[in-house]
Amino acid sequence: MSHQEHRPNTEGKYKWIGTRPDRPDGADKVTGRARFGADFNLPGQLIGKVLRSPHAHAVIKSIDTSKALALSGVKAVITAKDFPDQPNLIVPTGEMQVNMRDITRNIMAREKALYEGHPVAAVAAVSEAVAKQALALIKVDYKVLPHVIDVAEAMKPGAPILHDHLLTEGASPPATKPSNIAKRIEFKKGDAKAGFAQAEVVIEKDYTTQAVHQGYIEPHATLASAAEDGQIQVWSTTQGHFQVRGFCARLLGVDTSQIRVTPTEIGGGFGGKTVVYLEPLAMRLSQKTGKPVKMTMAREDVFRASGPAPGGNVKVKIGAMKDGRIVAAECIVEMQAGAFPGSPVGPACMCSFACYDIENVYIEGFDVVSNRPKVAAYRAPGAPISAWAVESTMDILAQRLDMDPIDLRLKNAAKAGTKTAYGVTFNTIGMVETLQAVKDSEHYKSPVKPGWGRGVAAGFWFNIGADSSAASHVGEDGSVTVISGNPDIGGSRASLALMAAEELGVDYNKVRPIIADTASIGFNFVTGGSRVTFATGLAVVNSVRDMIRELKVRAAKIWKIDPEAVIWENGMAKPAGNQVGTFEPLSLADLAAQAGRTGGPINGHAQLNVTGAGPGFGVHCVDLKVDDDTGCVTVGRYTAAQDVGTAIHPSYVEGQLQGGAVQGVGWALNEEYIYNAQGKLENPGFLDYRMPVASDLPKIETILVEVPNPQHPYGVRGVGEVPIVPPIAAVGNAIARATGVRMVDLPMSPPRLSAALDAARPRRMAAE
Amino acid sequence: MSEVQYQSAKTVKEAVKMMQAAKGKGYILAGGTDLLVQMKSGARTPGVIVDVKKIPEMVTVTEKNGAFTIGAATPAAVLGENKKLRKAWPGVIEACNLIGSTQVQGRASAGGNLCNASPAADSVPALVAAGCIVNVAGPNGKRAVPVEKFCIGPGKTSLKTGEIVVSLTLPKRPKGSSDAYLRLIPRTEMDIAVVGVGVSLTMKGGTVTDARVGLGAVAPTVLLVENAAKALIGSKLDDAALDAAADACSAACRPIDDKRGTIKYRTKIAGVLLKRSALIARDRINGVEHRGHRPV
Ligand SMILES: Cc1cc2nc3c(=O)[nH]c(=O)nc-3n(C[C@H](O)[C@H](O)[C@H](O)COP(=O)(O)OP(=O)(O)OC[C@H]3O[C@@H](n4cnc5c(N)ncnc54)[C@H](O)[C@@H]3O)c2cc1C
Repeated sequence: MSHQEHRPNTEGKYKWIGTRPDRPDGADKVTGRARFGADFNLPGQLIGKVLRSPHAHAVIKSIDTSKALALSGVKAVITAKDFPDQPNLIVPTGEMQVNMRDITRNIMAREKALYEGHPVAAVAAVSEAVAKQALALIKVDYKVLPHVIDVAEAMKPGAPILHDHLLTEGASPPATKPSNIAKRIEFKKGDAKAGFAQAEVVIEKDYTTQAVHQGYIEPHATLASAAEDGQIQVWSTTQGHFQVRGFCARLLGVDTSQIRVTPTEIGGGFGGKTVVYLEPLAMRLSQKTGKPVKMTMAREDVFRASGPAPGGNVKVKIGAMKDGRIVAAECIVEMQAGAFPGSPVGPACMCSFACYDIENVYIEGFDVVSNRPKVAAYRAPGAPISAWAVESTMDILAQRLDMDPIDLRLKNAAKAGTKTAYGVTFNTIGMVETLQAVKDSEHYKSPVKPGWGRGVAAGFWFNIGADSSAASHVGEDGSVTVISGNPDIGGSRASLALMAAEELGVDYNKVRPIIADTASIGFNFVTGGSRVTFATGLAVVNSVRDMIRELKVRAAKIWKIDPEAVIWENGMAKPAGNQVGTFEPLSLADLAAQAGRTGGPINGHAQLNVTGAGPGFGVHCVDLKVDDDTGCVTVGRYTAAQDVGTAIHPSYVEGQLQGGAVQGVGWALNEEYIYNAQGKLENPGFLDYRMPVASDLPKIETILVEVPNPQHPYGVRGVGEVPIVPPIAAVGNAIARATGVRMVDLPMSPPRLSAALDAARPRRMAAE
Repeated sequence: MSEVQYQSAKTVKEAVKMMQAAKGKGYILAGGTDLLVQMKSGARTPGVIVDVKKIPEMVTVTEKNGAFTIGAATPAAVLGENKKLRKAWPGVIEACNLIGSTQVQGRASAGGNLCNASPAADSVPALVAAGCIVNVAGPNGKRAVPVEKFCIGPGKTSLKTGEIVVSLTLPKRPKGSSDAYLRLIPRTEMDIAVVGVGVSLTMKGGTVTDARVGLGAVAPTVLLVENAAKALIGSKLDDAALDAAADACSAACRPIDDKRGTIKYRTKIAGVLLKRSALIARDRINGVEHRGHRPV
């Protein structure tokens, strides 16, 4: 059983929603017709390449580009001098925040190179070969500085300081000296101290995690063409072409209206394509040369210089009564931000205990810079890190109390009305339903095979709304185009078309969803935060409603009755009742044919700032066995359950659950950034950065728990991020139950797990 | 930018001539699954590449009096499809068929695997255990080299300028013989061996009468571990003999601590895999089928 077809909350309610048609972009993607970032070319284009710092931390004393410029075929060389400096200004990017002053330094090192791979110059040349030769001719005079990679080291007094201006925000007493701790945050509820004093059982443990990469298959790529009149066209593989436009307008000092960004098909992003790297460089190079400039990253560049997700250290303390009721909880998170402030330590802290209704909570977080690439969003940024620690500790508590791990969570589960430690009170949520769904599943009821271990863990993510615009157009024949502005990474075109078809009462195949460039639709915030089907979906629904309002006006005009007396039903305008007169219903096609005579084209529009995102909860269950001699883990069975609101297109919802689970298992078992003593990344490729391969995992089973979000017309909740939150702890808990050894450091790779098993062998033998 | 010349030879003689003319800047192109990757990354910058896939004797497998001669450039997939070869040398073939993926095996050859001289090459420990002879041709004629003497360091072979590997010969097997290869990788495929162990056994009445052990990824070159073989010969593969052989494997290790595994881990795993491979080889002698790789 790979998915649960039975969905009691939505069954029979809708015609299109909940069905599984082919996605509109599917055929192009499987036939190779779809064009991704690197597939775009223009006549006369130049190839741009980036010179990257070989040092983890170094002052850039000077850059001599003369020899490179003199090479035949080289058309331009740029450095930080080609970009205006930026103010100390925080702007949102997806679910994270960035500072313009830092962005301009991240795309091109200014005073210092802050990590290996940090861009220091870029060239545009007639070919890749010439561009490469030119890079070798650029002479950079570095003064190498001591570097720091590890968060704990970076926090110590005396650590090499990355930014002289960085005073810890939120420090008490206020910071007076620069440090690598960019920020300290705190969340409090009740009185944690008193809570622990009252607890009958207290579990306390320290955990660590390593930086991991989103691992999208498609490396960053862009093509920019700047014209003589100042207009710039850009094609980019991105999760947010409006963000590309916004960032680049600032970085280059031009109006947003001068820049037109077209998103290409995207080969994965997972949050990592919500920032800019190549785009501003290609645009500047194109401005300087008057030619289109194409730039692509090699995989090594992607690993070295595009945002990974951070690693962190987490300390968790949970106090409970003997009956399992948790009375106090504490979590302290120190998180890598990379070379510039802005780790997702905030969401890590906020999510840590969000699954539970706990009276007394204390949470503290530190945002720490070190000589690593600046982190970027990765599905539920920060949450998997705190969840790994909290959910492992929950498992220890369940073992200590000899309680079923689901029962322990049910006893403490957050419900409607639960107030979180970060201040929000939950509306309708599905934590209890999701736990119950796993408890009732065939998987959980099946006996654990001898020698195997079963692990359970839960996870939470807020999901977001934010700004969306959409338009709907009726064609002359009555077919419909739905226009929105969010790159489709997870099947969102299909979901948007399904909602439009449902709303309009027409066939799904009559609705064509289009993703427009930045000049062809109003602003849309990034594809991120699991917002597109929810927020842009709402914009689409509203644009269709706007169009229906107009359709009713047109029918009224034809019938010469009041528009209020027209209703829209099953794709047709009908009189509201006998009292308004008897008229043959008018279909979309009928109305479209007469549009010219009734007032012109028929379109609908919507633009909103969407609030009311419904948070999501996931519970995962995994059966695995550990090879006692080698430390190799074999995952035998895996079930991911989640409160998904309404599954608009169940296959793509299941795909999100499966993908998140797989990425989480990779994070748990093998993925990590490995640095050498010089601060250089040792594994910038898929051979030694080990993401799971297909043969590593069984089919991920899914259970869609539908608890509709009351704040969306179709009950949509974001679903893309929650599924990466529980897996790490689920795997760790299963390992602990299979072997009796509790892992606290990631990844739980064969060498590390084998060492832990060996260290525990005397104790394990004594226990037997 | 350096220019690369592509040449294709139709005979071994021609290939040798081309390599000689390239004066040390020549590289043989077999499947190219190492060479092309290395050229792309800039790790190798050949002046001439000499394609040997059109030389019939370099891409075919022949059997004579029970001995198999494998053309050095024969794709691993072709080896896997050769039933007789698979039956005689299941360990060698499972090692060849672990290289990369189905796609990679359409090209990758045992000769290329050997000549690339990686200490972690998967086919080599199995070839060492098998007592394989490397048939080399060069400007001064032919010579035969025991496979364990062929590589002299990471990325370095004992080939002289103009010399190429023509084929690999696996000797005739006495009755009651079989072999096995196991590697440890953190994933289940598309990975590089942290440790690889090949074991070849001959048994009579449940007693090991002959044994050879090849050990990969734990030293600058793949090792022939004679002490492990000695511990197995004369035994019935009882725990004591297996422990002794495993210890001999661990003792032979001269690994490095790196991103792929610690010294401690590699040393331990060498022993673990020795035991498991030996038992698989024994099972095969007894007619028990085994799919080898990563026993679950
Ligand atoms: C995705 C991928 C996965 C891989 N996985 C594995 C793996 O799991 N295990 C493993 O061991 N390897 C692996 N490899 C490496 C590679 O596939 C193997 O080493 C393969 O056996 C090389 O064979 P080839 O025919 O392609 O060699 P080539 O690339 O053609 O040659 C390799 C080297 O040997 C030289 N050479 C080749 N033939 C001769 C000859 N007859 N005489 C003299 N010199 C010669 C070449 O000049 C070159 O230097 C992998 C490679 C890739 C790309």
